[in-house]
Amino acid sequence: MRARLAVHLVRRSFGTMLGLALVAMIIALALLGPFIVPYPDDVLGAVNLTNKLQPPSAAHWFGTDEVGNDILTRVIIGARLSLLVGIAIPLAAALIGVPLGILAGTAGGGLREAIMRLTDLFLSVPGLVLAIALVAALGPGIGNAMIALILVWWPGYVRIAESKALAIREEPFIEAARAAGASQVRILWRHVLPNSLSPLIVKMSMDIGQAILAIASLGFLGLGAKPPTPEWGAMISIARGYLPDWWWYAICPGALIYASVLGFNLLGDGLRDILDPRSNRG
Amino acid sequence: MIRYLVRRAALAVVMLFGLICMTFVIANVAPSDPAALAAGPDAGRAQIEAARREYGLDRPLHEQFLRYVGDLARGDFGRSVATGRPVGQDLARYFFATLELCLVAMTLGILLGIPLGVLSAVYRDRWVDHGTRILAVSGIALPPFWFGLLLQLGIASSLGWLPTSGRLSVFTEPAAPVTGLLLVDSLLRGNGALFGEAMSYLILPAIVLSLPCLASILRVNRSEMVEALRADHITAARAHGVARWRIVTVHALKNAMLPTLAIIGLRWGWMMSSTVLVETVFDWPGIGLYAVSSAISGDFKPVMGVTLIVGLNFMIANLVVDLLYGALDPRIREA
Repeated sequence: MRARLAVHLVRRSFGTMLGLALVAMIIALALLGPFIVPYPDDVLGAVNLTNKLQPPSAAHWFGTDEVGNDILTRVIIGARLSLLVGIAIPLAAALIGVPLGILAGTAGGGLREAIMRLTDLFLSVPGLVLAIALVAALGPGIGNAMIALILVWWPGYVRIAESKALAIREEPFIEAARAAGASQVRILWRHVLPNSLSPLIVKMSMDIGQAILAIASLGFLGLGAKPPTPEWGAMISIARGYLPDWWWYAICPGALIYASVLGFNLLGDGLRDILDPRSNRG
Repeated sequence: MIRYLVRRAALAVVMLFGLICMTFVIANVAPSDPAALAAGPDAGRAQIEAARREYGLDRPLHEQFLRYVGDLARGDFGRSVATGRPVGQDLARYFFATLELCLVAMTLGILLGIPLGVLSAVYRDRWVDHGTRILAVSGIALPPFWFGLLLQLGIASSLGWLPTSGRLSVFTEPAAPVTGLLLVDSLLRGNGALFGEAMSYLILPAIVLSLPCLASILRVNRSEMVEALRADHITAARAHGVARWRIVTVHALKNAMLPTLAIIGLRWGWMMSSTVLVETVFDWPGIGLYAVSSAISGDFKPVMGVTLIVGLNFMIANLVVDLLYGALDPRIREA
């Protein structure tokens, strides 16, 4: 019954369908990338200077870059990196933030104060600037950019998990479980966590898109992935030097970033309608 | 109200102290040796040790921290290793370029976001609503740096309507600063040509910067308006024969404005952060570009300075929103 309602809600909404299609496309590109690209040699950075900076043509749909690599090939290969990073960042952030949040929400008292004030502190600097500060300290590179973004991202999960745990703590069924002699750990694991899951899934879906955008932003700024890596943001940062004459260089990587962020956002919106219908759509 | 104000202000001071601690910790977990960085790339061991003593880096951490707080209290953000200039001076120079860009972008976001939000709530599920929904969704998903490049490519390069990057032509003498905001300064001096030129450089980055903000304001305002239009007192007003647009703009919008104000405040804080990308694309000489170029060369002090400024701005925005909430909604200051 619930599954049929879910299917109905998904099919009724054009946005959710579009989001689902875009996400499916990105996942397919990430999985199949190396097998479907037109020029597999270009993945490893073959240099083919006679072919450099070719405009879009039948042979190279989105043109070639400054060393003669097919841009479409490199963008498709980049999907895997972006998707992996986009999933890893919210996942790691949730693994740090959710236990802390549930702990804060159920424990209360001084521990809660300490956790929540630390969370507020991290939330007091807007994400991108904090990430830049952390990358400046750790040194540029995709690994450090990921660490920086995880450090920026976890507080959001503390907030959600804490407010959910706080709301659930007062529910009669928790009291019943406690009266029945369930241990604190069991209550957290069996009752509080599953009931906090819906908003967390919605947030993670949205955050995958935002994380893809964030890592591309750092790549574009020259603080993330370094150029031979086929990372979308880093590609656009090189392409910028070839504007306006070689305009096609920047089009394809940017379009893929846009498509993935849009896809995960729309999917998150749709998931919210299904999983968490009472929440306010801001 | 006074007690609420005092409590919120005290909390803000505590947060500011936390922020200072955070920048200090970030600067000190760095794997690179700040003394070696300060002494320059070819420095020998003796020079590095001299730099360490000069900058007080040989002192215990708590002493370094006290000195850091003391310096900040005097407005001393340290020196940039790359240029040797005091970071405070650089920040003072670049900040107003960023402020001007953000102010114009925010004005755009508000002037478009609120009316569009109202319209899409009133004409819910009609074409206006569908159109603004596309705007809202793409506004959040479009990578600002890519959108900026596309605008540069289309409007600035191909059509040649507007300049591609910078804040003024290199040949133009900027007006002697009064406020630091070029648009205001040029008007104060009655220099219409300069105003026009400054505006032509400003408009593309401002559009890019305003888009995510416009999208958020639009979304929040729409959903609040939909909610407000359903309220009983609206039905009552309609039954009394109050004119339709008066109901919408006076009765409903008033109730939708509080959450909209909150998102505007939040977005103002975020804007100073996303301006980093926009400034990089358009070579806008603000604190964002300054932070990025310093971060690439591993020059800490400017990055920490910008982090503090952006964090402070974010805190002030939050404080103002909280106080507005308290002033407009008595239930909040009781809590």
